[in-house]
Amino acid sequence: MRLDEKTRPDFPILSRTINGHPLVYLDSAASSQKPRSVIEAMSQYYERSHANVHRSIHTLGEEATELYEAARDRVQRFIGAARREEIVFTRGTSDGLNLLADAVCRSLAPGDEILVTEMEHHSNLIPWQMAARRQRLTLAAVPVTGQGLLDLEALDRLLGARTRVVALAHVSNVLGTINPVAEIARRARRVGAITVVDGAQAAPHLMLDMSVLGCDYYVFSPHKMLGPTGIGVLYGRQELLERLEPTRGGGEMIKEVWIDRAQWNDLPWRFEPGTPPIAEAVGLTAAIEYLEKLGMERVAEHERALTRRALEGLAAIPGVTVFGPPAAVDRGAVVAFAVEGLHPHDVAALLDADGIGVRAGHHCAMPLMRRLGVVGTSRASFSVFTSAEEVEQLLRAVAGLRTSL
Amino acid sequence: MTVQAGPYSDAIRARWRQPRFRGELPGANAVAEDVNPLCGDRIRLMLSVGDGRVAAARFAGDSCAICAASADVLAELVTGRSVAEARRLDAADLLTVLQADIRPTRMRCVTLPLSVLGLALDGDGAR
Repeated sequence: MRLDEKTRPDFPILSRTINGHPLVYLDSAASSQKPRSVIEAMSQYYERSHANVHRSIHTLGEEATELYEAARDRVQRFIGAARREEIVFTRGTSDGLNLLADAVCRSLAPGDEILVTEMEHHSNLIPWQMAARRQRLTLAAVPVTGQGLLDLEALDRLLGARTRVVALAHVSNVLGTINPVAEIARRARRVGAITVVDGAQAAPHLMLDMSVLGCDYYVFSPHKMLGPTGIGVLYGRQELLERLEPTRGGGEMIKEVWIDRAQWNDLPWRFEPGTPPIAEAVGLTAAIEYLEKLGMERVAEHERALTRRALEGLAAIPGVTVFGPPAAVDRGAVVAFAVEGLHPHDVAALLDADGIGVRAGHHCAMPLMRRLGVVGTSRASFSVFTSAEEVEQLLRAVAGLRTSL
Repeated sequence: MTVQAGPYSDAIRARWRQPRFRGELPGANAVAEDVNPLCGDRIRLMLSVGDGRVAAARFAGDSCAICAASADVLAELVTGRSVAEARRLDAADLLTVLQADIRPTRMRCVTLPLSVLGLALDGDGAR
């Protein structure tokens, strides 16, 4: 049985029609749809177990705390982290990266260097820009080759004695490139730099194992992997998190408080001030359960097959340019393309008329757009519920685009 | 004439395929350019203004069909009008000609040329 045949009945939204056509949702890289089990786990939590976590000494408070902390254990196992203390819940990938840029850069000295890449999402660029301006740090970017890969020779030239942080995407949200994180983390460590990885596009599609990746921090968003919006995951190696000064204060992140000072709480709560996203954590547990039941190997295989067909199909259409590495094996489940003579927003609007939802624009990666020499691209992305027939529908629709305006 | 379903009316398609006012305007004395940060659309408007009146208008740019059609209509509408009249043109005037069902997410595609017009008329040339 094909994976999508198994999964499609689990996604209520797929029964919708758009402009008279069955929905063809090819925008999971922006946010995936949710299986019924995630939606129901969250409703059930609100209907049966909701209370604030950690200091509510009553039955509901205890249930909510148990569910919230169980999500942490689930995430720890899902990404192969060594300890539960290494899993911090945030509000999303951007939030996690902002937290890290704030906290990590605070201890740096003027002239220290941050290395990003030319293919970063603005989420993994702007927070470092802001920190660099504030702390008078130097910001440099690893260039992207014509094949859409990181230029690792340039990386070696850019890594130096003053490099403190290397911040990069695991999978590019535009090119789909899977970056060699383990190798880059190894080279960064040689010069004493830490590695911060934006895993937003990788976590939904790849089997993750922090012990193999060897990065210092890894950040991702459950809403792109069948889970709810409003919660993010920040993984950090314990010895680094222990030394990291929290930058946000409030309830829960403290152990003892006096008027003029406070003692921080243990990990991971030290970085979780205020009421956390509890229902969202419950939804995240259900999303991970769903993905693990399918098996991440199988998920990756399914999406790779769709990506391979989309790549070869789009490249064969006259006037269509496909961006990123040519082989599906080097990519995540996104395919960005341009149609000669058509603006990406027109491409997206025309496809929407056929019920096909794709992303269009700069994909929050303006420096990369400049590097590619385009104002934007259209992007199709795939998930566990995407069918081979939907990819064929996309290809047929794109083939007819140039005559439709 | 009724508004057609979807953003791409016959008027937009026609103006996208065969714009009437796309091109350079040598001697233009009121020129401005702006971008839509959402999508990167870029429109440049060139006007010849004399005696308080817009004598000629042309546009250039890299944009979606809706934005280009809107710029084309705007160039047509401002031609021959006084600066004061040109300033009073709004999105409704453009939509009357474009005859399209524009959803809020694409409205900025229609209005970008209008804000570029404002910038051009605020410049020294139009005074």
